[in-house]
Amino acid sequence: MQIARETLLQSYRAMRTIRVFEERLHVEFATGEIPGFVHLYCGEEASAVGVCAHLNDNDTIASTHRGHGHCIAKGVDVGGMMAEIYGRQTGVCRGKGGSMHIADLSKGMLGANGIVGGGPPLICGAALSHKVLKDNGVAIAFYGDGASNEGFTLESLNLASVWQLPAVFVVEDNGYGEATGASYACAGTQKDRAAGFGMPYMECDGTDFFAVHETAREAIDHARSGKGPVMLHVHLSRWYGHFEGDSMTYRKAGEVAAEKENRDCLKHFRDRVTSAGLLDASALDDIDSAVNDEIESAVIAAKAAPWPEDAALMADVYVKY
Amino acid sequence: MTQDVIPLTMPKFGLAMTEGKLASWTVQAGQSVKQGDELADIETSKITSGYESPAAGTLRKQVAQAGETLAVGALIGVLADASVSDADIDAFIAKFQSEQTTDETEDTASTRNTEPHQVEAGEYSLNVREVGDGDGTPLLLIHGFGGDISNWMLTQEALASGRRVIAFDLPGHGASSKTVKDGSLAGLASAVNALLDALSISKAHIMGHSLGGGVAITLLKNHADKVASLSLLAPAGFEKAVNMEFITGFTEADRNRAMQQELEKLVHDKGLIGRKMVDSVMRARRLDGARDALRTIAAACFPNGEQGDDLRPVLEAASIPVQLFWGEADEVLPVAGADNVPDSVEKHLFPGVGHLPQMEKASEVNKTTEAFLQKHA
Amino acid sequence: MSKKSFRQAINEALRQEMRRDPRVILMGEDVAGGRGGTSGVQDAWGGVLGVTKGLLTEFGEERVWDTPISEASYIGAAAGAAATGLRPVAELMFVDFIGSCLDQVLNQAAKFRYMFGGKARTPMVIRAMYGAGFNAAAQHSQSLYPLFTHIPGLKVVIPSSPYEAKGLLIEAIRDDDPVIFLENKVMYDDEEDVPDESYTIPFGEANLTREGEDVTIVAIGRMVGMANEAADRLEKQGITCTVIDPRTTSPFDEDTILECVEETGRLIVVDESSPRCNMACDISALVAERAFGALKAPILRVVPPHTPVPFSTPLEKLYMPSADKIEAAVKTVMKQHAREVA
Repeated sequence: MQIARETLLQSYRAMRTIRVFEERLHVEFATGEIPGFVHLYCGEEASAVGVCAHLNDNDTIASTHRGHGHCIAKGVDVGGMMAEIYGRQTGVCRGKGGSMHIADLSKGMLGANGIVGGGPPLICGAALSHKVLKDNGVAIAFYGDGASNEGFTLESLNLASVWQLPAVFVVEDNGYGEATGASYACAGTQKDRAAGFGMPYMECDGTDFFAVHETAREAIDHARSGKGPVMLHVHLSRWYGHFEGDSMTYRKAGEVAAEKENRDCLKHFRDRVTSAGLLDASALDDIDSAVNDEIESAVIAAKAAPWPEDAALMADVYVKY
Repeated sequence: MTQDVIPLTMPKFGLAMTEGKLASWTVQAGQSVKQGDELADIETSKITSGYESPAAGTLRKQVAQAGETLAVGALIGVLADASVSDADIDAFIAKFQSEQTTDETEDTASTRNTEPHQVEAGEYSLNVREVGDGDGTPLLLIHGFGGDISNWMLTQEALASGRRVIAFDLPGHGASSKTVKDGSLAGLASAVNALLDALSISKAHIMGHSLGGGVAITLLKNHADKVASLSLLAPAGFEKAVNMEFITGFTEADRNRAMQQELEKLVHDKGLIGRKMVDSVMRARRLDGARDALRTIAAACFPNGEQGDDLRPVLEAASIPVQLFWGEADEVLPVAGADNVPDSVEKHLFPGVGHLPQMEKASEVNKTTEAFLQKHA
Repeated sequence: MSKKSFRQAINEALRQEMRRDPRVILMGEDVAGGRGGTSGVQDAWGGVLGVTKGLLTEFGEERVWDTPISEASYIGAAAGAAATGLRPVAELMFVDFIGSCLDQVLNQAAKFRYMFGGKARTPMVIRAMYGAGFNAAAQHSQSLYPLFTHIPGLKVVIPSSPYEAKGLLIEAIRDDDPVIFLENKVMYDDEEDVPDESYTIPFGEANLTREGEDVTIVAIGRMVGMANEAADRLEKQGITCTVIDPRTTSPFDEDTILECVEETGRLIVVDESSPRCNMACDISALVAERAFGALKAPILRVVPPHTPVPFSTPLEKLYMPSADKIEAAVKTVMKQHAREVA
């Protein structure tokens, strides 16, 4: 299916933003200025962007501990995200969530999640809201191959099928749950798991934006049209450790380098659109440069932003108490 | 001999009271008292009130002890002349107690239903409680802003010999409909008129308290044929001033503690407001729509933070008997309003009494009113 | 106003709120019951003890959602639905089943608002049965409110009577935070006068069910009735008690307890939950810290032993607090005072 030029530009920009955002975090984290844990999404950009290209602010997504990419793809403000990761008052969560809890409900972003498998049950609820409120929305749970083994996730697949919810379960399979390979930890196949719950299964190469975009369109259309939930299995590669500081001794030498060389979604996208004459290299270069500036400004602003005031400690535990 | 001995029994304050607690004795055994002297404090689930001596004499024996909870009608003490022997007192007590236990079953069987019930009156369903019967012109009691039938707990029974006495919850109050379309005095008076029609009462004595006094006078203005006489307790309509801090606080209080502070403004003797009374007011206030109804009425009756109606002309033109009671320590509607009531009205002002003379000076209000109603029967 | 059972009061609260607000939905195991059964009977159960009976019939399948036996998915779904526009009331059946879905409550619903910098609302209610005295044994009898009370972000409600249950449940449904609403399963047939209209009882305001001069008894849920029974007996013996029903353990009305202890100087806490880190401990600490000078005798806690709830009737009776145990505790603190002043 033909993708509109505007969509292509936006998608490239989103993927590039994620890449630069994450690589910059990798550098900044090493300086010791970023508190807490950071889990990077580099290498997986096409998955978040290819799926979210079919969503609007009314649709809901739930993300994972590796959530920056989903946030950016769903339209969460990049400057606010950076400030949040730095723990500043100007962060999207006012410095009270951090990297693992970035959320923006006004954008339909129900939160990154520090609990592996935390998202799928929530997405059943979001999908139920869309169904009961009849707002034509869909709800998407992004989760990894690690979370696919959580009981919560399997229960959610069942519930979504039983209730015929407008939900898509996107398994972002990057081959590792923390330091353990999916080949060890996941029995059977994701395909058989979907079949076990009577749910359509689709899969695609997550480093190919066009493959993700096309498969996700089919999955989301299915769910949105009231035909029930779908599992979308996206095959990916993780370029950095489970968290920053992970030296990845569990991966063989050269594995990541080869992935970067051969399965870089941005490189693939650029080659494809320029060779097909869909976009000029210069348009893409302009985006690269604009994104670099945007992230640079975001980092400068975040570092300069104020810390939360003491009163924030007690604020917003409840709406009213 | 025993005719000189007077039993002191647990009084009944209002409909809900089936038992009361003797909170404390104010008078010790052996002390002599005058009629009307306070003998004890009685606590009910709603109010603590003084128990006044029905006659002069000596408190010979405290049959019940402070802290005891007893059924209405149970013997709590004995009053007699000092000359009556202790043996006779004991014999009296023994006889009273044995008779009372046998009486009990008959009593409940013969009691006619005085439970509150809903009456459809025009656009409202009103919660109505009637007691008494007889040929006398009926008496209708109209409570004030934010009140309910329990405001008449010391009044309704006391005035019910020989006539029907009807208490009801105004629209938006108590257990009546909560949606008030017209919260003005005229709107409420028209609801009262509809209630009288629904009860097939062509003419009644009307007693109104506070805002209910304003409603009563407005009823006279708009439906003069329905009103036999007016008894007004701290009525609205004679001064611009109204304690808006109270009106707002009383409407909006959402915690018992806050409500207690507001209710204390109603009385001079703050000790009258017990936690249980506060709780019963809050139970009504928590009903959906109750606060909105009060807001509607307050907006209609007190525009710009002042009373919107001047009712003096209505009374000046009135040809029916009117009496007025007002506490001089009223913190809600200042007693200065009494000066604006025409002099043709019988005025009874009480020093050291707040906005609820029918509770704080119950026996005087009741006695005066009984005489007034008999005179103008 | 009419006599209603605890069960009817809860059913009426749900019904009236579902009529008032189309965003209020129910979900839980067998909240209707009967789907997928061979008889075709709809609304077969209305909850395992019949509390939600008739709601499917009135409101239909889009408002009353039977769930698989799958607590993690549907309690999580309640949280997700609450964050995205519905006002779900999820029934967990027995509170003991929280073990199967604690993450959804502890790490998700309770945390959204704070973690998201005040930008989320999670108006959900989890209803669950608690309490011993039903021969339901160790996995169906626990009183786990201290567990929830411990978690910032949750509100915890434990009604002590039908009137309280209706008003507190309506308040819970209208509340914009996650609320755990615990119903003592032994109380479903208790009756009292309950208004027919909707009404609310605010959270965080304790209710004094009686006032006395000698001892303050704080009691929770079903224990309120027992405390009043004990206080009735004690009054005949010349000892008067104030009985406080906190209504909610989060938020918690500390002021009322402190005021009453200032008046009486003696405190008994009756708590049906396991004794380590329970409400009795919390309340004792509060009073020791802020009303120490008022105490005329040590604080006594009437609590079960640190054991699972036993099954056999005599053992369960031995386990439970009771009016007898409360009465004995009150007499103990009264004696201690007498000895000290003597």
